[in-house]
Amino acid sequence: VSGSVLKVPVGPKDHVQGSLEAAVILVMYGDYECPHCARAHPIVKTLQRRVGPLMGFVFRNFPLTEIHPHAEPAAEAAEAAAARGKFWAMHDMIYEHQQEGLELEDLAQYSAAVGLDPMAVAQDVASHVYLPRIREDFMGGVRSGVNGTPTFFINGVRFDGDWTEVESFADAITQAAVPA
Amino acid sequence: MQQVAGIPTCEMPMTAPDSNSASSAGAPARGPASILAAGARAPGFALHSTPDQVVSLDEFRGRTLVLAFYPADWSPVCGDQMALYNQVLPEFKRLGAEIVGISVDGAWCHSAFSSSRHLHFPLLSDFEPKGAVARSYGAYRSAEGVAERALFIVDGEGIIRWSYLSPVGVNPGADGILDALESMQGEHSHAPATAGATS
Repeated sequence: VSGSVLKVPVGPKDHVQGSLEAAVILVMYGDYECPHCARAHPIVKTLQRRVGPLMGFVFRNFPLTEIHPHAEPAAEAAEAAAARGKFWAMHDMIYEHQQEGLELEDLAQYSAAVGLDPMAVAQDVASHVYLPRIREDFMGGVRSGVNGTPTFFINGVRFDGDWTEVESFADAITQAAVPA
Repeated sequence: MQQVAGIPTCEMPMTAPDSNSASSAGAPARGPASILAAGARAPGFALHSTPDQVVSLDEFRGRTLVLAFYPADWSPVCGDQMALYNQVLPEFKRLGAEIVGISVDGAWCHSAFSSSRHLHFPLLSDFEPKGAVARSYGAYRSAEGVAERALFIVDGEGIIRWSYLSPVGVNPGADGILDALESMQGEHSHAPATAGATS
């Protein structure tokens, strides 16, 4: 519904770039097979460069598995990478190579490229070690009013503006940094 | 603030039926919000879900039903409101509710859309007389000839317990439905739920 707020506060379980103590926390709910998320990926990078340490960035999983059959294994591979300290490298790798493929062979290649043992990652994916966490991310998103991917929250409030407009997106972030 | 039609997400219709009109974003839905509110009896219907199957409201007697009116099948994006509900279906079921989508699209159109999105719940065709059921719920946009993006929860006795009208370009998500279903489960009286925001 309109004016949705984040129901699951950011915390130590989250994947964070920058500090959780930053003035602004940007949360993105994303799906690794969603082309719009892949498009949002460099926009987030631009925002990070532009606003610097003012902002912490959190990524949460929102795989729409019925329309994106590769989204869940890709998320599982990213989580397996996280367990080995390589979440962001794998996250970037997947979004930057989304168009080249997200089959298990592709995920193995991406794992190797970020310096992980592809067999170990593949094993975690096959045994769904991180599926409960991914589902938890998903349901938390649903309860917070995530209505598709990508959905952004700025300091806990759903950003319903146009995320493709970097200027206005950056403005919304810097404004959120100013105490009301 | 509301989502502006045209933002590329894996759900948002890039061209909502009124995306060129002044009311597409920021402004409330045209005219006074007129959808049926909590406490009203849900108007009956019998609509085609496939070319040879008809689904009626009476079939859901004794069960909780979510009615999701929406403007049209085939948004030019990879997902949409129905795709989200499809993904959240286990959660609706856990809360004892079933869901149907309703638009003015024909049954053949629904069949094709449903199979392309792998939907596991019925889409009903409010096709002839066009939009009659949407009208009876106050959820029809005469100017465009499509249903509003309006949600209703009907209890087992056929009473609307919650309703919500979303700006037509904004996918309302599933949070409102889940909150309302939970509050219905939590109460034992049959007083209408108070969550009926229709803003």
